[in-house]
Amino acid sequence: MASYTVTHEKAECLYEIYERKPELKHQTHYCPGCGHGIALKLLARAIDEAGIRDRTIMVSPVGCSVFLYYYFDVGNVQVSHGRAPAVGTGLSRSLPESIVISYQGDGDLAAIGTAEILHAANRGESMMVVFVNNGIYGMTGGQMAPTTPLGKKSTTTPFGRNEWTDGPPVRMSEILNALDAPVFIERVGLGDNKQIMQAGKAFRRALDIQVKRQGFSFLEVLSPCPTIWKLDPVDAQRFIREDMAKTFPIGNLRDRTKDALSRPAPKPAPPIAELPRILELTDDTPEEPVATPSKPLDLRLRIAGFGGQGVLMLGEVLAEAGLEAGYNVSWLPSYGPEMRSGTSNCHVRICSDPVDSPLVSNPSVLIAMNEPSLRKFLPSVEPGGMVIYNGETEPPEDCRRPDVRFITAHFTALADSLGSSKATNIVMLGALLEAEDLIEEKYVASALRGKVKSQRWLNIDFAAIERGREIACPV
Amino acid sequence: MTAKPDRGRVELDSQECKGCGLCVEACPPKVLHLSSHLNHYGYHPAAYDGAGCTSCGICFFVCPEPGAIVVLRLVAA
Amino acid sequence: MKAQLTKGNEAIVKAAVLAGARAYYGYPITPASEIAEAAALYFPQAGGVFLQAESEVGAVNMLYGAASAGVRCMSASSGPGISLMQEGLSYLAGAELPCVVADIMRGGPGLGNINPEQGDYNQLVKGGGHGNYKTLVLAPSSAQEMADLTAWAFDLADEFRNPVAVLADGYVGQMMEPVRFADPIPVAPPPDWAVTGTAESRKNLITSLFLLADEAERHVRHLESKYKEAERKYTRAECWRTDDAEIVLVGYGIVGRILKAAVELGRSRGMALGLLRPITLYPFPTVQVREVGKRVKAVVVVELSTGQLVDDVRLALNGSVPIELYSRVGGNVPSAEEVLGFIQRTFMQSREEALIHG
Repeated sequence: MASYTVTHEKAECLYEIYERKPELKHQTHYCPGCGHGIALKLLARAIDEAGIRDRTIMVSPVGCSVFLYYYFDVGNVQVSHGRAPAVGTGLSRSLPESIVISYQGDGDLAAIGTAEILHAANRGESMMVVFVNNGIYGMTGGQMAPTTPLGKKSTTTPFGRNEWTDGPPVRMSEILNALDAPVFIERVGLGDNKQIMQAGKAFRRALDIQVKRQGFSFLEVLSPCPTIWKLDPVDAQRFIREDMAKTFPIGNLRDRTKDALSRPAPKPAPPIAELPRILELTDDTPEEPVATPSKPLDLRLRIAGFGGQGVLMLGEVLAEAGLEAGYNVSWLPSYGPEMRSGTSNCHVRICSDPVDSPLVSNPSVLIAMNEPSLRKFLPSVEPGGMVIYNGETEPPEDCRRPDVRFITAHFTALADSLGSSKATNIVMLGALLEAEDLIEEKYVASALRGKVKSQRWLNIDFAAIERGREIACPV
Repeated sequence: MTAKPDRGRVELDSQECKGCGLCVEACPPKVLHLSSHLNHYGYHPAAYDGAGCTSCGICFFVCPEPGAIVVLRLVAA
Repeated sequence: MKAQLTKGNEAIVKAAVLAGARAYYGYPITPASEIAEAAALYFPQAGGVFLQAESEVGAVNMLYGAASAGVRCMSASSGPGISLMQEGLSYLAGAELPCVVADIMRGGPGLGNINPEQGDYNQLVKGGGHGNYKTLVLAPSSAQEMADLTAWAFDLADEFRNPVAVLADGYVGQMMEPVRFADPIPVAPPPDWAVTGTAESRKNLITSLFLLADEAERHVRHLESKYKEAERKYTRAECWRTDDAEIVLVGYGIVGRILKAAVELGRSRGMALGLLRPITLYPFPTVQVREVGKRVKAVVVVELSTGQLVDDVRLALNGSVPIELYSRVGGNVPSAEEVLGFIQRTFMQSREEALIHG
């Protein structure tokens, strides 16, 4: 009696019975003669041969690709239309030991998901992408695909795909081949025995790149869709060979497996105890007890000037100093185009009670670093409040208020004489500290040290505070 | 005296087969055919003629159903 | 840890890392960009992932991947970017994947402007994407709450396996206040449903696809039951001086802060005002609003949108109390004085003075 041994059978990484399928659990959902089943089988065989079933995660988006999780006994993530490479990115970045395979159709990858595939490829994500190109929208019933050949009829190109209205078919392999990062790009066909055997090799190769963690591999599969093409399965194969292959030439476009390096392993995570230091939440200075505010305070500041004059920085220094002095503080910038020059202003509150609103609509102190700022905010200053104004001359006639105390000086010229006009804001800060008994200077100095890292600048800033104090000091 | 056994043998699952005929077309020694009877799902399933298989495996690869075909090879005595 | 002067947007990132978040995917947009910038700085150092995605569509789907892997993950954007993320949020909710998304609201519709506004209330609180799902929404009004509610958002996301949004306006995102951060917590092992590329997780499937009507209904009812549970367990609001108030002001985010100042200012002028500040927007603090509504003569809703929050207040009060809306948009943020002005115009002129003076 002759004895036989099995040479070809269903791959181990495919379920024996498709329990996730609602019915007909022995069969795939693919139509007779569909190329998906063949592509899936070649992929399954490659996974078996590589011995990576447990590590594999299959990402299947919308279209006839969607039901891969019926068949593959691997980790499965079903995703939205076109976004599989983005989802694959999220998986592979967090799971560097896994093998991520995105399996997408032509509407998915070459139309709605072009941004996702292009950028995943460009980043060289550790991911294998199988692109099943059958030149038509199969699952939705035969609408034009981005890869439908010119002249071919579909339900949305009833007169044939027109170069002038629909554009020519999109060649994704060639587009991706313009990028630097991909390691492997090949187009195979399922048009006959020879093409299928060649495709099997390409599947193995594209997957091996993942096993070696070399980066991004892309395999385009020209696949028959006999039902929608309205061809019998044998003629559909011929259509691949004789028609599709003209628009989409079969062959390897890139194979850099010999030169490609393995992606470096991610750095080990630091111990949890290190996180506060990493997040800059620890303080090198010896722990001092939180200061008790020396007196009640309800300071509502508005600081305004041109972008680049240090408006926001001055506000931050004051808020930081207030915090160190034991007060409740808030700092609120008017953000936006100001960041790219223009006018800039911020609200600062330093008070004994908790800060209710961080918005300062009626400041008790206005620091106006130029005339437009004075003009804009002077009317809002509360009666009895103070204005520190940076002007070459006294404020114009229409920018004066008898019920507000003014300190006017050309602070920019003073700062300039100290070495940099950029210290204008700090000279004005000195004037404020002298004019009002607000916060002890040691807290301001400490806040400045925290913000200004260069000793040269610190020296200028401390000199600037002194200069400002002299200006505000009643003679 | 018995005939020399074939180099291979092929088993087709008639309940999984959708009768697309790709294996029949692809088989190099032409030893597969579509049955005249209908299977459970209403397809004419592919069937082995019963002799002449070389265990080349081509039918396995062209078949779109991952589990419909098993190919076996004669083990040398 | 001692309190540190921290920008609201940065507080979100630091709190996220401390809460065990290890993946950030996002796309820059004013006024949320500091979140991406801080994440780029801190996530990789903490052993996590930062990636600037090609779009918000890409970013939200990268969250889908990271969440599938069982990693605490987040993104941030502002109105226009959140619009792009809505497809993904629907998928995340459908597939029961946890993640946190911060929305630092700006002016709209369309390109609008980058000023603070609250026009994204409906697009997050009421869903925004397709299908029967909810996004849980938390509304911080200080830098401290940016940190605290972000940390809570990760817990809620895991508990309900659902996206959670931290909804703040440009002011709360941009302002600096002292923040006291929580101690770091270790990264939890992936949950048993995650797909992690291991033998143990091989049988797991993440999907939002349920072909059969019965199966789909079962799934949607299951989601619905989770939202009902969230409504029972987690509604939060800050009530400030509501016990003896005759008029209660309702507003969230930066508006809540202004209203607190308005309450104080109003009381100093003899007006019996109180504040109810919703902290959870979904689930909406209906119970708290009803409770306060029993005691007051009128409710004034103040929002930086043309009447989005007020709808939920109306639903909660169901006609039991007169409700007035004071709305500002475009980046105009009312001062406490302006709010009082509105109250005086509305109630002193058109209603009996007794309402104000008691």
